[in-house]
Amino acid sequence: MDTTTQYLGLSLRHPLVASAGPLTQSVEAVRALADTGVGAIVLHSMFAERLRREAERDQELTDVGADSFPEASGYFPSVADAVEPGTAYLSLLERSAAAVDVPLIASLNAAGVGNWVSYARRLADAGASAIECNVYFVPGDVTLSGADVEARQLEIVAAVTEAVSLPVAVKLSPFLSSPGNFALRVVDAGASGLVLFNRFLQPSMDVERLAVVPGVTLSSPAEAQVPRTWIATLRNHTSASLAATSGVAEASDVAAYLLAGADVVMTTSSLVRNGAGYARTLIDGLSDWAAAKGFASVDDFRGLLAVPSGADDNALARSGYLAALEKAQQTYGSLRA
Amino acid sequence: MSTVIIDGNEAAASASFRLNELCSIYPITPSSTMAELADEWASRGQANVYGLIPTVIEMQSEGGAAGALHGALQGGALSTTFTASQGLLLMIPNMYKIAGELTSTVFNVAARSLAAQGLSIYGDHQDVMAVRQTGFALLNSSSVQEAHDMAAVSQLATLRSRVPFLHFFDGFRTSHEENSCELLTDDQLRELVPEDLVRAHRERALSPEHPYIRGTAQNPDTYFQGRESANPYYNAVPGIVTESMDAFAAITGRQYHLVDYYGDPEADRVLVIMGSGAQTVRSTVAYLNAQGEKVGVVQLRLYRPFPVAEILAAIPASARVVAVMDRTKEPGAGGEPLFLDVAAALGEAYAAGRLQHLPTIVGGRYGLSSKEFTPAMVAGIYAELAKDSPRPRFTIGINDDVTQLSLDYDPSVDLEDPATLRAVFYGLGSDGTVGANKNSVKIIGAIENTYAQGYYVYDSKKSGSRTVSHLRFGPNPIEAPYLVSKAGFIGVHHWSILERVDVLEFARPGTILLINTPYEPDDTFAHLPEPMQAKIIELGIELWAIDANLVARKAGMGRRTNTVLQTCFFAISEVLPKSEAIAEVKRTIRKTYARKGADVVAKNEAAVDATVENLFRIAVPAAPVSEVGMIPPVPATAPEFVRDVTASMLLGTGDQLPVSALPVDGTYPSGTTKYEKRNISDIVAEWDPDACIQCGNCAFVCPHAVLRAKYYTESALDGAPDGFQSAPLNAAGFPGSRYTLQVYAEDCTGCGLCVEACPVKPLGSGGERKAINLAPLPEPRTKTKENVAFFETIPVNRRSRIDFANVRGTQFLEPLFEFSGACSGCGETPYLKLLTQLFGGRATVANATGCSSIYGGNLPTTPWSSNKYGRGPAWSNSLFEDNAEFGLGLRLAADLHTATARRRLEELRPELGDRLVDAILDAPQQYESELSQQRARVDALKALLDGMDTPRVADLRSVADHLLRRSVWIVGGDGWAYDIGSAGVDHVLASGRNVNVLVLDTEVYSNTGGQASKSTPLGAVAKFAAAGKPTAKKDMALQATAYGNVYVARVAMGADPEQTLKAFREAEAYEGPSLILAYSHCIAHGIDMRKGLDQQYAAVASGHWPLMRYNPVLRSAGKNPFLLDSARPRIPLRDYHMKELRFRMLMNSDPESAERMLELGQDAVNRRWAEYEEMATRGADRFAEVAGG
Repeated sequence: MDTTTQYLGLSLRHPLVASAGPLTQSVEAVRALADTGVGAIVLHSMFAERLRREAERDQELTDVGADSFPEASGYFPSVADAVEPGTAYLSLLERSAAAVDVPLIASLNAAGVGNWVSYARRLADAGASAIECNVYFVPGDVTLSGADVEARQLEIVAAVTEAVSLPVAVKLSPFLSSPGNFALRVVDAGASGLVLFNRFLQPSMDVERLAVVPGVTLSSPAEAQVPRTWIATLRNHTSASLAATSGVAEASDVAAYLLAGADVVMTTSSLVRNGAGYARTLIDGLSDWAAAKGFASVDDFRGLLAVPSGADDNALARSGYLAALEKAQQTYGSLRA
Repeated sequence: MSTVIIDGNEAAASASFRLNELCSIYPITPSSTMAELADEWASRGQANVYGLIPTVIEMQSEGGAAGALHGALQGGALSTTFTASQGLLLMIPNMYKIAGELTSTVFNVAARSLAAQGLSIYGDHQDVMAVRQTGFALLNSSSVQEAHDMAAVSQLATLRSRVPFLHFFDGFRTSHEENSCELLTDDQLRELVPEDLVRAHRERALSPEHPYIRGTAQNPDTYFQGRESANPYYNAVPGIVTESMDAFAAITGRQYHLVDYYGDPEADRVLVIMGSGAQTVRSTVAYLNAQGEKVGVVQLRLYRPFPVAEILAAIPASARVVAVMDRTKEPGAGGEPLFLDVAAALGEAYAAGRLQHLPTIVGGRYGLSSKEFTPAMVAGIYAELAKDSPRPRFTIGINDDVTQLSLDYDPSVDLEDPATLRAVFYGLGSDGTVGANKNSVKIIGAIENTYAQGYYVYDSKKSGSRTVSHLRFGPNPIEAPYLVSKAGFIGVHHWSILERVDVLEFARPGTILLINTPYEPDDTFAHLPEPMQAKIIELGIELWAIDANLVARKAGMGRRTNTVLQTCFFAISEVLPKSEAIAEVKRTIRKTYARKGADVVAKNEAAVDATVENLFRIAVPAAPVSEVGMIPPVPATAPEFVRDVTASMLLGTGDQLPVSALPVDGTYPSGTTKYEKRNISDIVAEWDPDACIQCGNCAFVCPHAVLRAKYYTESALDGAPDGFQSAPLNAAGFPGSRYTLQVYAEDCTGCGLCVEACPVKPLGSGGERKAINLAPLPEPRTKTKENVAFFETIPVNRRSRIDFANVRGTQFLEPLFEFSGACSGCGETPYLKLLTQLFGGRATVANATGCSSIYGGNLPTTPWSSNKYGRGPAWSNSLFEDNAEFGLGLRLAADLHTATARRRLEELRPELGDRLVDAILDAPQQYESELSQQRARVDALKALLDGMDTPRVADLRSVADHLLRRSVWIVGGDGWAYDIGSAGVDHVLASGRNVNVLVLDTEVYSNTGGQASKSTPLGAVAKFAAAGKPTAKKDMALQATAYGNVYVARVAMGADPEQTLKAFREAEAYEGPSLILAYSHCIAHGIDMRKGLDQQYAAVASGHWPLMRYNPVLRSAGKNPFLLDSARPRIPLRDYHMKELRFRMLMNSDPESAERMLELGQDAVNRRWAEYEEMATRGADRFAEVAGG
């Protein structure tokens, strides 16, 4: 089967993309992912705010004993003073890019405009084929309106796409009043692609310890429904690349996303759960499924079940989000291989 | 050429690094910075002027550094080293060799005192005077600029003359003074030291291509002649140095001479001096001559070979009296070295008729251990010389009321340039005051035609230390190598300082005084101590105040007040026009914080603006309004010596102590920290008696011994002050008993280790609170004092009733190591405290130089204390390199005395009776109950002996205490045990003698600022390993187990306190050598010190620090002696590493190499674990049997 795929203007050998955060921490791990045959690899996120906080913390640790004792003006060589935050990530990117022949997509996670542009430039210089922007912004400020949140994200997208010549994909949040509309505005702001959706790892409550604990879980197939619906909806409204993420457990989940109209399908959880080699299983499974269905290339079935252009406009207007969702779900339900 | 603000160390290193191919180094204060810079430059890939990146090699000692350097020189490499003090002494054997072989090299020395009656890290010429006989040429510098220039001149001179050079400048005064310095460019240096000289040096190297032998053994027939054969080379040195100085002048315009004369050509009184003191004398001479006097000074730059002709030529014929000033001391000599040299030169010339008139020659000593040498003192010397018969030998700067050698002088003489702004700042360590001042010096020094000088004085504590910054700014070059007096600006950055010391010591009429106040501006004056109020009024001081902590907090800067207070200085000192000054501060902020993000810059800039708005001029009333005096440094109840001598040192007035006040042999009372209630933390431990389970974990880990537990009967609470905390004792078998965990709040540093160690999380506390917590320092302090005083009236629990075998029991043992000035949360001191709790009453401690000798033995106050019987650890520090041997000596002496005592006891059997004699001689002394019984027997014996009077009795009486088993401890850090003292430790362990070696392993040279040792783990960034340590940590435990008869333990209190306790007790009980390697978290690891115990746990859990014991006693019993005490590694090494900056640094600066090293490190951990596991499961017969076991 011909699996070649276009994503963000890049030519990929396969629509399956590894976005396996914990599995991209070293060059060897990136190489292992590439060896499975995936089309591209999204590196784990570079968290701009965290890098800055860490740099500040490290500076404080360096300063703690400085200039307070006659025998030691400080306790560390000043070599590291010249090191910019993020060097480790950039180095990994640079070395990985040299080590593998699949495109590497750098993922940048930042909230403030100021930090985006300089980091995005440095990622481009380090050899990223594209940048995935993760505007991870959880407003705790209840006075902030939804419009403000959107405006801020669009401002960041515009600034980043302006600053770098690389294609930029934006990872969206589903928690908006009108995710579809916002998605299109993101494309208008300059994004070459959209990644649907970000999974917010929200803290949970430990009722025994009476404490707030960080909540980190792997995604389940049920979580694929919302992104798949929106991909199906958006497919024929934009020519921008669409990437699906969340809820890929088996090859059928990949197929379903592609049928909905995704250009690529990303998976993290299945690889973390089963190991990097599981990508090979997904790839083979997709081929088997396509062969069984008689598809000769991915393009033969990509978007086959997307909401047809114009068809649902009235339905959406009439019945709104729920109706469209139900309809889509009915359609997909019968299509699972 | 570019003008920069740097210190003398950097000035010298800059030239030396760029002119050499090899730096063979070892850390020693105050020269370490030179070596650190060389390492950093090399690791950044900076080349020397010939295009080569110099190799920088850290050796295991200065002796090793000199050896490697000697070899490199014989191999033809341009090689240098940087050292001081004892380090230079360790190089002496090689120095003779290097000179004897006419080998070109330059040693750069930040001249420092030698350890005699006490160690001193400060500056004088004792070290360089101890090598004047080695054959090295000695060239000195008197300023930061000269340190740069002479480093270059000596390089040229050594290559041209073949005579090795030692270039020295005054430790701290020059090495650490920041001043304007014009740096030579690479081109200038290359022009000065052309490559043909380098090649000539290389051609003299050993080579199998043209082999010869150097370093022969010689016989009576030729050695003498050989020694004389190099005379022409030495004769040529003065000329070559002159030519080199001329060549230097041709390139730079700065002309130096071997000897310079300043002053009246017809001077009747002349001083001869070298080093930084020459600057002080020069300016005083100018002042005195302007007053109509006729004085002069001969400044000597080349000291060896001694330039007799130039000295004679420089001293005016008019001189009636010549005073030669030595910054050294040679007890018992006819005079100090420079004096003798000058006297010989003059006397010889006069006798030979080359001199018409022989002036009176006198010798003076000054400035030992960085003692101030001021214009006032110089004026005092000239006044003495004006007398008909000036004193032939004198000292200046001290009050010698014993041998009456010191000169009086008028301290009010002030020669400061009126155009110079002088400023003094009082801060506390790591509050950023010194850092901000260094920054101010750089800001102002960078302005054209403006000069700046910074010098920083620290006390010797590693936590809560007081810093005093002395800054000068002005339009003229600043040549004032002494502390500021009569400051125009004084900044007091912590209120607590002004309550204790006279911060107006350096004030003059009209001084601007800035106080960081916790009070409202209008209330500030009223809260000042009365003496300070009176002085402010008397001197018409202009008072300003700001609540910098509040401003910083509001600006989101947390506790960092440095930007705020620096802004205050610029806003009110008039060092620059205000608007320009504020702009400069902001410009620096942008430069410093740019890469940290726009918001960080904005935060700091906002702090600057908020500062200006919150800075207030305070109206001063006509009369004092307070009745509160200064807080006394020690209580009135303290012993006389502490009140009279220690207190003076604490107040910063130790300079005024007369000679008679000080012990003649360096013997000081121990246990004096308890008198100094430092109150350095505003948050302290607070005990929750209701929640506490009395486990003792908190007291066990407390680095400062501020948590004390006692149990007692209910009745002991009679008369307890209100609020005295107590809880029912929860141990079985003690019904009705009470328990108190007393916090010595005034001594607490707020480190929080106790909170981390506490296993209790009371219900309903949300998991945040423990049974011990940090809380604001309770007010009023009198309440705390009352509680502690009452607690001290409760008897210490009897040792024989305490179960030592568990941590819970040890909390009731009295610590005899308390309130040290170690870093807050120190990882070493809990082990020392435990040592004293277990064995303190009969312990002798040999302590290697390092952190533990500084917080353990640096005056004014020391933490090793004694119990109510007056018994406690006897402590001494010999040197850095010889501690194991020193401790062995203590053991040998004790064994000799024990043998004598036993022999005399036998001899006196008829008089003393079989029962007592046998009981003493046969007493088992393993358990505490046995030891206390033996102590009772010895006391009984001594009482009997008191009634007898024969020589044998007197002899027994003098050694009777040795009938109680003495516990000898050899303590030090990894720099000592793994590196400089390694051979000694090895030899002592191999001796089979009953000593206990405790290595407080921080995996780095902590005291000198974090240089790598052989204990530093692979991949850790440290000074001298700026690119990450490329080799693995030495496994000393495994090495020691190879002997078979050495008890070995690797412990980490934060991972398993019970195992630590067990190891200490087993080691001490073992009748042979013991080695304990104790993981000590450290500020140099780059961790939140409060999490130190967590890091200990992680070190063990990752397998980096497997807990083990090797107990030869088990082997003797036919069991496997190797006990693996920790579980199989259960977290990856990465998890441990990523929590420490020392490892993260490399992840940031060189991730690829960091990954590689981490991989290798993990591999090493795995392999070692497998090896340990295999050893732990072997049969006993696979371990060597212990001889005599």
